[in-house]
Amino acid sequence: MKKLINNPTLVVEEALAGMAHAYPHLLRVNFCPNYVVRADAPQRGKVAVIAGGGSGHEPMHSGYVGVGMLDAACPGPIFTSPTPDQILAAAAAVDGGAGLLFIVKNYTGDVMNFAIAAEECQLAGVPVETVLIHDDVAVEDSLYTAGRRGVGVTVLAEKICGAAAEAGAPLSEVAAIGRKVSEQGRSMGVALTSCIVPAVGRPTFTLPEDEMEIGIGIHGEPGRQRVALQSADEITEMLATTIFDDLPFTRGSRVIALVNGMGGTPLMELFIIFRRLAELCEERDITISRNLIGNYITALEMAGCSLTLLAVDDELLHWWDAPVHTPALHW
Amino acid sequence: MTSTSMLGITVLIDWMQRYADKITEHEPLLTALDAEIGDADHGINMQRGFEEVRMRLVHERTDDLGAFFKSVGMTLLSKVGGASGPLYGTLFLRMGMVAAGKRTLTPTEFASAVAAGVEGIRQRGSARPGDKTMVDALTPAIIALHQALDDGATLCAALQAAAIAGEAGMKATIPMQAYKGRASYLGPRSIGHQDPGATSAFLLIQSAAESICAAEAHDS
Repeated sequence: MKKLINNPTLVVEEALAGMAHAYPHLLRVNFCPNYVVRADAPQRGKVAVIAGGGSGHEPMHSGYVGVGMLDAACPGPIFTSPTPDQILAAAAAVDGGAGLLFIVKNYTGDVMNFAIAAEECQLAGVPVETVLIHDDVAVEDSLYTAGRRGVGVTVLAEKICGAAAEAGAPLSEVAAIGRKVSEQGRSMGVALTSCIVPAVGRPTFTLPEDEMEIGIGIHGEPGRQRVALQSADEITEMLATTIFDDLPFTRGSRVIALVNGMGGTPLMELFIIFRRLAELCEERDITISRNLIGNYITALEMAGCSLTLLAVDDELLHWWDAPVHTPALHW
Repeated sequence: MTSTSMLGITVLIDWMQRYADKITEHEPLLTALDAEIGDADHGINMQRGFEEVRMRLVHERTDDLGAFFKSVGMTLLSKVGGASGPLYGTLFLRMGMVAAGKRTLTPTEFASAVAAGVEGIRQRGSARPGDKTMVDALTPAIIALHQALDDGATLCAALQAAAIAGEAGMKATIPMQAYKGRASYLGPRSIGHQDPGATSAFLLIQSAAESICAAEAHDS
């Protein structure tokens, strides 16, 4: 394992400490339990937007704490969900009296830990709404399974819900907007390599030089299928077509497109992917109204990318365009 | 009722210590199994949780078995994370509810407490037998435990039977396709791998059998 670390067991804490030094004007970091809150928390009378999940997906979620996005992020250990006490401590630090919105990626652990925290908050009389993100079309959806994973749409939901909350929208409205984003967004990813969990010290799986994993999540886990490596254009077509077919993005529809790097893929390659995606959208008369290209939801040093399309209307675009000041997203 | 058939705090502490030892011993196996169909952290997370349980056992001495199980459950809930934290946490919290206010448990009460804990896991994770989860090791173990006690076995013998059934249940997860938990994202590719959660669950039953049989042997 070759990593720029000091101690595998301290990577999360040392990275958080680095963030605290880098962005004191945007956020504050608490240790034991670990959470990150915006520098001016709590905001009286504002819905507090809280997200969390395992670490190793940087900049998600801590990099999205700030004005117009997240009030708090709860980073768990690498690829491991945060715990209820951690979520409750973060919630207490940002509760402005207007309720809490939990944005939760659909993973068994995240769902259960946030559910326990939400039950505790409600017992204490604090209103909580949860928006579940489950956008990965690589996973078959059914009532009898754990359902689809939450991936790229999480970033878009955090931005859009954060903007609505910043503008003073009530909890029910912020939650409704979040659910709309969740329902209208779809993603799919591909991996060229796995990644190395620091405490494990070796890759989670190995891929021969000429193969790739299709339908991966964000944890260096194997995907749905291992196939021969293909060109960027072919990969883009495979991912985009699956997404197009899953949600009927009809002719004339508008989308926000996220071409996301998994952590180990150069930006140059992401632009090559976006080039083909733009062509494919044009062929279908789908307008990419806004785009985001870069490493936004990663899996440590995994090489690969994911595509996310979110069908938008004027309302969602309005919230997307609203000002945001966080370490990883700002305009 | 003789001392050999009643469970007190000492044997339960021994159970937790044996399990913590077993988790440490099998951490690489649990992590390797999780790397095949999950995210390679099950062993690490369980070890972190049960090392904390082990530490607290030294500092928090109580005779109230309800308080004991609750403390174990809360520790796991706050230290393990992932799905295992809430699931194992729920198991012990539910056991604590059955054991509340008691300083000893009869074999039947112990079996009822474990059954309540397993029911809590099923509810929290909404997993059913056959979904390739810890439920697949725990459900046959509970059935075997109750059956053996009904047939007049000692708790030691009943837990040994439960461990055998749990081990069979654990191995039966190999040909299953996962429908719950992170392995479900693999679809049919989850077939052919032993479930890491079922593995740690079997080890829990096996540790219980070892602790209780050691106590019975010591007393007799």
